[in-house]
Amino acid sequence: MAPLDRADVDTDQIIPKQFLKRIERTGYGPFLFYDWRQATDFPLNRPEFQGAPVLVTGANFGCGSSREHAPWAIRDAGYRAIVSPSFADIFLANCYKTGLLAVTLPAGQVRHLIDLASEDPTAEITVDLEAQQVRGEGFAYRFEIDAFARDCLLGGLDEIGLVERHDKSIAEYESKRAAWLPAVRS
Amino acid sequence: MLGHADPAWLWLTHNSRAPALKASHGRSKPGAGRVGLSQMPATLAQKLWESHVVRSTPGEPDLLYVDLHLVHEVTSPQAFEGLRLAGRHVRRPDLSLATMDHNVPTRGGARAADELSRKQMEVLAENCRREGIPLHQIGSRRQGIVHVIGPELGLTQPGMLIVCGDSHTSTHGAFGALAFGIGTSEVELVLATQCLPQTRARDLAVTVEGELPLGVTAKDVVLGLIGHTGTSLGQGHLVEYRGSTVRGLSMEGRMTICNMSIEWGAKAGMIAPDDTTFAYLERRPYAPRGAAWEDAVDRWRSLATDVEAAFDQEIHLDAAILEPHVTWGTNPGQVAPVTGRVPEPRSDTDARALRYMDLLPGTAFADIAIDRVFIGSCTNARLEDLRAAAHVIAGKHVHPKVRAMVVPGSTTVKRAAEEEGLDAIFKAAGFEWRNAGCSMCLGMNPDILAPGERCASTSNRNFEGRQGAGGRTHLMSPPMAAAAAVTGHLVDVRELIN
Repeated sequence: MAPLDRADVDTDQIIPKQFLKRIERTGYGPFLFYDWRQATDFPLNRPEFQGAPVLVTGANFGCGSSREHAPWAIRDAGYRAIVSPSFADIFLANCYKTGLLAVTLPAGQVRHLIDLASEDPTAEITVDLEAQQVRGEGFAYRFEIDAFARDCLLGGLDEIGLVERHDKSIAEYESKRAAWLPAVRS
Repeated sequence: MLGHADPAWLWLTHNSRAPALKASHGRSKPGAGRVGLSQMPATLAQKLWESHVVRSTPGEPDLLYVDLHLVHEVTSPQAFEGLRLAGRHVRRPDLSLATMDHNVPTRGGARAADELSRKQMEVLAENCRREGIPLHQIGSRRQGIVHVIGPELGLTQPGMLIVCGDSHTSTHGAFGALAFGIGTSEVELVLATQCLPQTRARDLAVTVEGELPLGVTAKDVVLGLIGHTGTSLGQGHLVEYRGSTVRGLSMEGRMTICNMSIEWGAKAGMIAPDDTTFAYLERRPYAPRGAAWEDAVDRWRSLATDVEAAFDQEIHLDAAILEPHVTWGTNPGQVAPVTGRVPEPRSDTDARALRYMDLLPGTAFADIAIDRVFIGSCTNARLEDLRAAAHVIAGKHVHPKVRAMVVPGSTTVKRAAEEEGLDAIFKAAGFEWRNAGCSMCLGMNPDILAPGERCASTSNRNFEGRQGAGGRTHLMSPPMAAAAAVTGHLVDVRELIN
């Protein structure tokens, strides 16, 4: 696991705006934390954290802009899960859509993980979505996750396909909308 | 977050929700809960939510219907591409509206854009053409920032559910709409189905009472609020702003407050519609007319929180003791009254922010010199904002060491400002008068700060590098930014207008 001991990490830091001009969903990994990585002492630059599949970090991770490019970049850089005391709402939703597991644990437990990774970069943890546990040597932390999001992540469900199954309900709702609600003219 | 000297300034209460409302979450049949809820006290947010439920099943998110989907060039290309690859089409192009705002140059037209930006604009135009989505492209009469044009066209109306692939979509909540930002995968989902599965959020009330003192604006209310709540208290909450101060604000001021809901983590911010709302909307291009207008207003009047309804959390502010605010750090919660000084760091985050901002604790804000002034963004670039800034600078001149610009929120705002001569006031004072766009709020276009430059900005985010790599942003109201332009340093606007 790789530790990023900072709170309020905003999506402008995760993927700066100059990299939002692509029209693809992939290829953002090299630009993850682009500005911060210019500093040689940035912790994620350390060779021992390269290839780590789990990022452990401070509270309110992913605040700011709604750019889904942020979880795309994190995923492209090889991470499979992020552990934090809290995530910004839009970022959290974007993670689920991207297939990235966002795990919320109490601040004390995240602190333990960050300290552990910083002191012993070889320390290994297991993030088990099925059992809803983060495990390591001598500890097992239970985490809660929205049941529907968990099923989607485990099953890799096509959410658009799921919603399309309710076409009848959608059409019925549409037929009852007030006539004066605005429709945009070309 | 920064504490305030007077602890009575703000307090929180954690109400337990009325059992009747809890029951509404566990209903088993679609529609059944809606009938029940109409008879029990409900908040504005609950009413908005319930009226958009297409389908509700225990253990799954509610499926909500979207009345208006706003689209822009940066967060939509991958969504359209996803549709195309799956052979899907846009379900309701007539409930979608696209504009170009994030990366448009504010002078020189599309040709002044870099190649990648131009490509994004072309791709949006092509996607809109193929799917029949109306588009206000660069150079057109109604182009502008997505959150400025929706309201000014009258497309943003009370009772609607509005989404956009942009976190400042909360702006539209000022009209008593449920409005929030979504990611690109959700943009694709809404394009395909006009629906969005959503897990119910909690209710939070922010009540602001009292008359705003001279020189204090809606921007100072929301900056002061974030200074006390910090950047994440609103997470998972639908916020309703209420109280006499909010009721007394214009629609422009209400939009400024709702716009920055996301900056303290809220999922959405909203204000119940009232006569101010109706007066703003009447005769706008998309507002209902004739008998339909009367029907609409009757329905809109029911969009208020019932007296007996309970919020999960409440925050109270006394507006009468507010002062003009400026941010000193790299998130909007790092903010203080301009009369004060740069605070001692209270956390690693604060210390890091002060290093980035190149500020020493104890420095008076008035001693901080600036290089640039930006008046613009979806937070503060409406006609009223430009008038307030023009009022401060009329007859004065931009400090010789400062480069200042005004970027109207839309082409319509620009035209209206020119009709009343505001452009002449700004230009005479030495401001650059630009075309509409997001401009230097996020620096995805040619308008950026150089490394190390310090900017007094009316935008919404002071994140590291937000306005350009290495740039330093101080957020404030339009009159405060105008005052900083004149004096060349952060300054209490009241010194110029008293």
